Amino acid sequence: MDFNILIGGEAGQGLKTIDDILGKILFREGFNIFSSKDFMSRIRGGHNFMQLRISDEELYGPENDIDLLIALNSETVEIHRDQLKDDGIVLIDGESEIIDGRTILVPASVIANDINPKGVNTVFVGAVLKAMNLDLEIAKEVLKEHFEEDLLEDNIKLLERGYNSVESIYDNLEQNVTEKDDEIFIDGNSALGWGALSGGLRFYSAYPMSPSTGIMKFLAGQQKDYDLVVEQAEDELAALNMALGGSYSGIRSMSGTSGGGLALMNETIGLAGITETPVVVADVQRPGPATGLPTRTGQGDLLFAINSAQDDFPLMVIAPRDQEDLFYTGFRALNLADKYQIPVIILSDQFNADSSKNVKEFDFESLTIERNIISNDDQNADDYKRYKFTEDGISPRAYPGQFKGETVLVDSDEHDEKGHIVEDAETRTKMVDKRARKIDKLIDEDLQEPNYYGDENIDYLLLTWGSSYGPAREAVQLLKEDDIKVGLLSFNDVWPLPKNKLKELAEDAELVTVELNSTAQFKSLIASETLIDVENSILKYDGRPFTGKEIYQRFLDEVIDNG
Amino acid sequence: MANKKEITITDETAWCPGCGNFPLRKALSAALRDMDLDCDQVAMFTGIGQAAKMPHYINVNGFNGLHGRSFPPAIGTRVGNHKLKVIVESGDGCSYGEGGNHILHNIRRNPDVTHLVHNNQIYGLTKGQASPTSEEYIRTGIQIEGTTAKPFHPARFAVGMGASFVARSFVGDQDHLNKMVKAAMEHRGYALIDILQPCVSFNKINTYQWYSERVYKLDDNYDPSNIDSAFEKAREWGDKIPIGIIYKKEEEIFRDRLLLKDDEPLVEKDFDPKDAKPIMKDFK
Repeated sequence: MDFNILIGGEAGQGLKTIDDILGKILFREGFNIFSSKDFMSRIRGGHNFMQLRISDEELYGPENDIDLLIALNSETVEIHRDQLKDDGIVLIDGESEIIDGRTILVPASVIANDINPKGVNTVFVGAVLKAMNLDLEIAKEVLKEHFEEDLLEDNIKLLERGYNSVESIYDNLEQNVTEKDDEIFIDGNSALGWGALSGGLRFYSAYPMSPSTGIMKFLAGQQKDYDLVVEQAEDELAALNMALGGSYSGIRSMSGTSGGGLALMNETIGLAGITETPVVVADVQRPGPATGLPTRTGQGDLLFAINSAQDDFPLMVIAPRDQEDLFYTGFRALNLADKYQIPVIILSDQFNADSSKNVKEFDFESLTIERNIISNDDQNADDYKRYKFTEDGISPRAYPGQFKGETVLVDSDEHDEKGHIVEDAETRTKMVDKRARKIDKLIDEDLQEPNYYGDENIDYLLLTWGSSYGPAREAVQLLKEDDIKVGLLSFNDVWPLPKNKLKELAEDAELVTVELNSTAQFKSLIASETLIDVENSILKYDGRPFTGKEIYQRFLDEVIDNG
Repeated sequence: MANKKEITITDETAWCPGCGNFPLRKALSAALRDMDLDCDQVAMFTGIGQAAKMPHYINVNGFNGLHGRSFPPAIGTRVGNHKLKVIVESGDGCSYGEGGNHILHNIRRNPDVTHLVHNNQIYGLTKGQASPTSEEYIRTGIQIEGTTAKPFHPARFAVGMGASFVARSFVGDQDHLNKMVKAAMEHRGYALIDILQPCVSFNKINTYQWYSERVYKLDDNYDPSNIDSAFEKAREWGDKIPIGIIYKKEEEIFRDRLLLKDDEPLVEKDFDPKDAKPIMKDFK
């Protein structure tokens, strides 16, 4: 069973409420679920839609073909008519009747006008549940959690009236579904924020920028329960510099933005590099350059992030593959930033950030915070040198006020072991080398090789970084059904680039990168780092995510047919 | 070692002989010693420029960051450890030009930070271009027929923005500067001292003599809590330039508005990842 619901309408019609409520209900019913969003950059009007795809098997991405189209306006039907499956059904607002066997009118406005004119969306939730032949027990629980008391009664009525206004259509959706007691249903931005919070994040300073703002919103909501400060900075320059000041004082600090903000932050990433101040920056990518497509998705910042700021200094770039990986990366990035005293950039994207998926409950037993701040009895505390030369390049880190009579001096100028400004050639060279040694250690001890999905003997190898993993994984399954021997190598650490598995698998397979940018940036990175020539790239840069079927079809057209 | 905690100054600097930074540093270090502060209790945040090299020449904690960005890291440190005495210090170009936006918004935040601006009305380290506070129409190697913009007036701006402490001082009057620094450090909230100082290498107009002939101290009858007289004094610039505390008001500071649980600095708090596990219920 693979069932796809699309909810479409204007901004301001309450689409998100339907999506939130329905998503939670379907998750609690036991379905595997993948929910993705397509917004326009506006508050009212336009056309927005959300997709809820459910299945009795795990889902990794969205689907284009629609089983059930919930149209809050007639424009939605026009835009999405072609995506309807042959047996697809449209639910649209109107006097209750079945028009042509495919379109069912739900008297949503009529019912809402009776009870609460703002409640059209809840009527639709009821109608959808009836169409899917699900009962209202879980739905009522979810409404209770979602609505304040004064609105709850109305919404229960709206739900029931909607439910009773249509007939059941689908009988067997729940057949192979089991409750998911050990799972959660979570979006990418919340997962990343939660991962960082679990890592002892104390300070998040950012300037609101789509599609990263969800991280800030999640964390802001945690301030009452945790020792956490979320500050809205006056601009991205302040945002990251504030985070560095937090880190300098000894607390874990982070910022988040999208590509344009990362451009503004670039000099400060260099500052984190030369001052060796740990910091984590989430770049939730959207298509650019400049303002680009503010609410859409893309993977165009790979080489930009890796090449942040002028000259050489160690930094790490991680591109989490899905909602689960975003959580663990949020945690791990703070540990790595502290261990190596470097900036760590997390490359997420709108697709990853705004999509929700059911995942296994996060394993808190597996999480250990490692600060790498020297203890009070450390011999380095006496005549403290922030940039002491060491074998592995990592200097003892203390924070201001930690030791009586000792000071901590950090400097954006080249500096000596104490942190004092210098210009002599010898110290400069030694400091550059010291900083560079940290990355050697990181590669030895902490770099994660990509995950491999597929059989042992393959003719083709798909290469993804970040969120293209999900759709590509579905494509691999579809290609296998066609007896095409294909595997998938899904990178999350992208800088430094892990090379071992790639080199091993590249020997016997034709390589294909799958990327949401126009110049195959990952292919370029692989070429420059390994001299491996990737033969093909399946690229897309229209601001929309891949689907599994799309990659499958393009693989057949562009790789097999051209092969 | 006799006293490692004592705040001292270095012998060597990269400043020109006769630079206004020397008397400023002398007054500052004396003020910190007068306040019985140890070197580890003070954190200084600077940007780029000759003034911004201060943490290399006085032994307090120092964050010598980017040009224009002296202020934002200080906010992060205020979040992490409010027990430190925080000074933001830089020149007029770094503070009022490149970093203009941060002054504006940190006056709004009102953090407990002392802001010392070395205002010599010229760019020194880049060799003599106009700064935001340069006199109107002055000519330089870049502004060959005179500046293209009117000067920025820090005191007017800060009083207008409702900064909680606005003062002006002059490096030619050590006692005065010393007192101003102490008053600013003792003020709970944002405290700006616009410090007039000559640039002996590049500013041939605003010399020691030029300032000495114009500055006068606000007398004991002046009431810095009166916003109307503060506006009047903040606007005074030209033949007579008032120095002293122009405006002062106790109000809520940045930290008061944060959702913190207690007075323990965040840097000293332990955290266990499992503390974040209860969030699980929000996603069930």
